[in-house]
Amino acid sequence: MNPGLLSERLRIRHQGLPRVLQDGSRIAVVGAGPAGSMFSYFLLNMAEAVALDVSVDMFEPRHFCHRGPAGCNHCGGIVSESLVQRLATEGIILPDDVVQRGIESYTLHMDVGDVEIATPLMEKRIAAIYRGNGPRDSEPLDTHSFDGYLLELAQQKGATVINKLVTDVRRNGELMSVHCADQFSDSYDLVVMATGVNSRLMESLENQTQEFHRPGRTKTFICEFHLGRKVIRETFGPSMHVFLLDIPRLEFAALIPKGDYVTLCLLGDDIDDELMSRFFASPEVQNCFPDATIPVHVCHCYPRINIKPSNPAYGNRLVMIGDSGTTRLFKDGIGAAYRTAKAAAKTAIFHGVGAEDFKTHYAPLCRKINKDNRVGKVVFGFGGMVQKARFARRGVLRMTANEQSQEGSRRRMSGVLWDLFSGSATYTDIFLRTLHPAYVVSLLWSLVAGNMPGSAARKEPVPRDETDHVRH
Amino acid sequence: MASLGKEYKDGEVIVRQGETGNCMFVIQKGEVEAVAESEGRELRLRTMGVNEFFGEMALFEQATRTATVRALGPARVLTIDKKNFLGGIHEDPSLAFRIVQTMSHRIRDLTDRIRDLTDRLATYEEDSESGSPE
Repeated sequence: MNPGLLSERLRIRHQGLPRVLQDGSRIAVVGAGPAGSMFSYFLLNMAEAVALDVSVDMFEPRHFCHRGPAGCNHCGGIVSESLVQRLATEGIILPDDVVQRGIESYTLHMDVGDVEIATPLMEKRIAAIYRGNGPRDSEPLDTHSFDGYLLELAQQKGATVINKLVTDVRRNGELMSVHCADQFSDSYDLVVMATGVNSRLMESLENQTQEFHRPGRTKTFICEFHLGRKVIRETFGPSMHVFLLDIPRLEFAALIPKGDYVTLCLLGDDIDDELMSRFFASPEVQNCFPDATIPVHVCHCYPRINIKPSNPAYGNRLVMIGDSGTTRLFKDGIGAAYRTAKAAAKTAIFHGVGAEDFKTHYAPLCRKINKDNRVGKVVFGFGGMVQKARFARRGVLRMTANEQSQEGSRRRMSGVLWDLFSGSATYTDIFLRTLHPAYVVSLLWSLVAGNMPGSAARKEPVPRDETDHVRH
Repeated sequence: MASLGKEYKDGEVIVRQGETGNCMFVIQKGEVEAVAESEGRELRLRTMGVNEFFGEMALFEQATRTATVRALGPARVLTIDKKNFLGGIHEDPSLAFRIVQTMSHRIRDLTDRIRDLTDRLATYEEDSESGSPE
């Protein structure tokens, strides 16, 4: 059928009707990253359960089978422990060719020493993945893009993928219309924005209306080093390496082993060349690589991340999900995409697609995430204090190393660091655990003991392979 | 290629009947069998494969495991924490839908098996009363 004719029929049909999905309703999802694909998957799943016949068009110009930027959604590529579990509960298991590496531990690197924090259950429940099909110029890999896998799930549920770049989304009477770069346009009962924050479409939406403000953003840096599987196994192992370094504006830095490559992810306040130079000049970073030499990276990008939610994240027949709406501060962005996508899908199927419906049933989740992010800022503030104070780093190192070396001990600091690095718990939960009297007493004792003359943490660093859990 | 979860060898016990548990498991690869142990004998209850779960009763009850589950050949299994699961349910009750659906299937299956056993018992009793050979 002629799309223009269909749009006109839709427009006439909806005049004066309530804003609910009904048989024949059409939904446009702009962006087929994790948020868009999971929204489509869950919406079609729920529609099937309540015998509602709706259709979903997913607009995505990228092909996730491509290597390099053409197929990549620019992200560090970690699926958190909590999300792996929730997806498994939903019946979505990540295939072996999607998981580049299962993470078993975190190794914390500081100037006062390193400590390895093992997973609480000695089980691989964190997945290192590629959002596309691997770095630019990489060899063809026998692997599968995470985004591509989720998109396939949505397609299996009945979603249609339209490989077009959406350049505008507008109101068209009671309906919404989607306009593409090749002059294609169509009307929909609901438009779901899942473009992330690196799309110009959000800027266009902000310019169209004074009521909408796109998410606040900051620049990050991600790059890939080719080291080969054998070298990675010997030097990095199944451990994600994180750094607590006294470098201004650096909030989080991690080296993530993935197959033949290691991904470096730097998060902070507008990562720039000066910050990167200081990071690469750190002995703690250099010592992670063979011969303490940082290789030339084969692929890099400066993606922006969401640090402030869009406002509002919804309107009549319009909802923003994932990074386009709100996400967790610095961590577990894919987990936030899952949560917002599913909440928006539930609202659309069971309540309606009006602004009031999203305000009542979708906005509470966004507020919950935003509230937790405010606590997260406090937690990262404490982290910043530890970054700046050498005596505090010694205390953290001593407490963590002692916990890791004692079988069966209550691992309070290890648990806090694990959840902070992995994004497996809310910032509120992490913060509350740091207020526990036993944690406070243990930390105070470690601060004293770790800074006593002659304590291990006060000694000069020695090569990494000479000790077990802690390397001073 | 890499994998998630924990590897179990053929015959290795994943959960043991009578133990207390605070997690359930989702099979990532391979097969497992659930067996009930009684008076030194074992009765296989069911076998399960990829994407199926077991041990879910521990998430809802404080009771002990009702069966032993062990790997049938090499298997890989992902643990789902009670805290993570219940936290997820609190935010999104529909997370439990698949578990409820599977438990419903299992109740239906058990009902069918009870009906079948009852029919066979009735037939056996009738045969015994009439004195006909088994």
